[in-house]
Amino acid sequence: MAATAALKPPLAELDVEAPIRAFAIATIFWGIVGFLVGVVIATQLAFPLLNLDLEWTTFGRLRPLHTSAVIFAFGGNALLCTSLYVVQRTCRARLFGGEEMGWFLFWGYNFFIVAAALGYVLGVTQGKEYAEPEWYVDLWLTVVWVAYLVAFGGTLVKRQEPHIYVANWFFLAFIITVAMLHIVNNLALPVGGGIGKSYGLASGVQDAMIQWWYGHNAVGFFLTAGFLGMMYYFIPKQADRPVYSYRLSIVHFWALIFLYIWAGPHHLHYTALPDWAQTLGMVFSIMLWMPSWGGMINGLMTLSGAWDKLRTDAGLRFSVTAVGFYAMSTFEGPVMSIRAVNSLSHYTDWTIGHVHSGALGWNGFITFGALYWLVPVLWKKQALYSQKLASWHFWIATLGIVLYITAMWVSGIMQGLMWRAYDELGFLQYSFVETVAAMHPYYVIRMLGGLLYLSGALIMAYNLYKTVTAVEDRAPAAIPLGALPVAAE
Amino acid sequence: MKNFTHALIERNVVILGVLTLLTVAIGGLVQIIPLFLVETTIERVQGIRPYTPLELMGRNIYVREGCYLCHSQMVRPFRDEAERYGHYSLAAESMYDHPFQWGSKRTGPDLARVGGKYSDDWQAAHLRSPRELVPASIMPPYAFLDRPLDAAEITAHLRAQRAVGVPYTDAMIAEAARDLATQANPEADAAGFNARYPRARQALFDANPRAVTEMDALVAYLQMLGTLVRFSDVTPEQLRQP
Repeated sequence: MAATAALKPPLAELDVEAPIRAFAIATIFWGIVGFLVGVVIATQLAFPLLNLDLEWTTFGRLRPLHTSAVIFAFGGNALLCTSLYVVQRTCRARLFGGEEMGWFLFWGYNFFIVAAALGYVLGVTQGKEYAEPEWYVDLWLTVVWVAYLVAFGGTLVKRQEPHIYVANWFFLAFIITVAMLHIVNNLALPVGGGIGKSYGLASGVQDAMIQWWYGHNAVGFFLTAGFLGMMYYFIPKQADRPVYSYRLSIVHFWALIFLYIWAGPHHLHYTALPDWAQTLGMVFSIMLWMPSWGGMINGLMTLSGAWDKLRTDAGLRFSVTAVGFYAMSTFEGPVMSIRAVNSLSHYTDWTIGHVHSGALGWNGFITFGALYWLVPVLWKKQALYSQKLASWHFWIATLGIVLYITAMWVSGIMQGLMWRAYDELGFLQYSFVETVAAMHPYYVIRMLGGLLYLSGALIMAYNLYKTVTAVEDRAPAAIPLGALPVAAE
Repeated sequence: MKNFTHALIERNVVILGVLTLLTVAIGGLVQIIPLFLVETTIERVQGIRPYTPLELMGRNIYVREGCYLCHSQMVRPFRDEAERYGHYSLAAESMYDHPFQWGSKRTGPDLARVGGKYSDDWQAAHLRSPRELVPASIMPPYAFLDRPLDAAEITAHLRAQRAVGVPYTDAMIAEAARDLATQANPEADAAGFNARYPRARQALFDANPRAVTEMDALVAYLQMLGTLVRFSDVTPEQLRQP
């Protein structure tokens, strides 16, 4: 085996890398755009004058721009970047479809982002959360997504490793499930001659169930399974340790993808959705706690014997803290899915805080960790420009998250309690607008938290830019011919 | 089974992919399909009708502006919500909603039963400049809705709605443009319109008689929300869901 390996060219020459570098740049770019729009709309909620009296800049039109920019543009580019890198590395195979496929995916996916974003600002929307793009954008994404499945699956098929590495199970489940969700939730009939409007096939209660089956599993598969794929490659790489438990990977993979898909109805507690469906959603959401923490344990315990690296490697610190936030959000989620808790938390900022501890803490940090490791590798540099700046990024962003989620916990629980408060005569104690006014200080704190998080991302962008342009190239001799370090992958 | 190891799955892309698809398909199938089959999912109450053409256009503006991102349309069965908003929402009340607009956040109040709570003038003035009426409001101003409503394709809209299951009749589709104008003009003869859309209100919603505006459409929609079911006539048996 070693003899044949020595005859092969070094890995780097086998890989499709240029489109992956483009995906990395797009991840940073869209991350900053998404965080910036987030800060803008957070500021609008504290100071409504910033809606600017223009139809294109109202909160209602910018909010989908924020959610899509962070989930699909930042998160999506990060997932495409890392999955296409990881699949080539762990399969020891060049991307199926080669460089052309890589570029098609890059331009195709980012065209989807721009087309969707333009629509939001102009008022073209389906009116379903996280599935706002209209039918023509949805169709285009379907084409790109099928190509993604072909490229990823094709690379797995022609792999030179006997086993499919665990990160790829998660990436594959993410690609397959998102295809299923996207197609079913977006079945719609376009109206008339224009392109800007369609009516979905389902209505009312069925539409609600399908939407939250989609919506919760956009979280479960886009933001969880896919990002777990990142965790399973980059944390072992950064820590230079194998994954903690192979058996735990298997159990938590199958349990996670089976249970997640049932959890949607917890978004519809006490609504007109029949009780049996709500109860199923709650029960499965609570069970989901276990596979979630199975993944968390597998990620954290991979650091056994390498915890000291946290002191010196800021990138690894991001990845590990991300897993910590994952643990926290996946505990908080099942708690909020309990109907009694949900009766208080639903419709309030508590949900917003929960989402952001997952999005900023888990998705953001695991992506930053991967980028700090991957950018020097992709551009063949010796090291990151500055560990110190990365460390600053870490602390500023962490402080931002803490401000954000504590503000939302307080405002959410407070507003939920104010809505149901009665005075001594048995009347509702607060008018609705009084509860809105009470939110103001927390909205200001949340805005500051977001601003800190954005500042951290700008520091990262500078650091990575300097890495690419300023740090010395890695000497070619650093990759000895034929020395293919496959065991750790 | 004795010889089964996970290695079999993780060495074969097709097996891994197919098993994954099966695993993730089950939950959705179990939760979604019965909702189309079990008859009592949607309560059998009287009064639910398709939106009038003007209300439908108003609803499309509601969707376009992303109102659902701050306002729910789903009153839950709690004492405080009953007192603040009214009777809890029924599945029947959104059965013709493509898409549903139940929402997930109450940055502003629930709107499921806002119809008739305020005057047309209040609604239009509030939309134009929310803080002039409610100083602590954080809602964006929507003065730009005072522009002519583009309803050139109203017939196509009703046809598309019928194609996805809303029971618009041939007469409703044929008269769509006229019905739209009739509803926004209190002077117009409304005999046919009233027969097609029982209890629909005819008014000068934005107080501007010169044109049918987007404001007219949105206010017409807001003013009918939650008003179709007369809860004094409803029996508990009709409301039973599984």
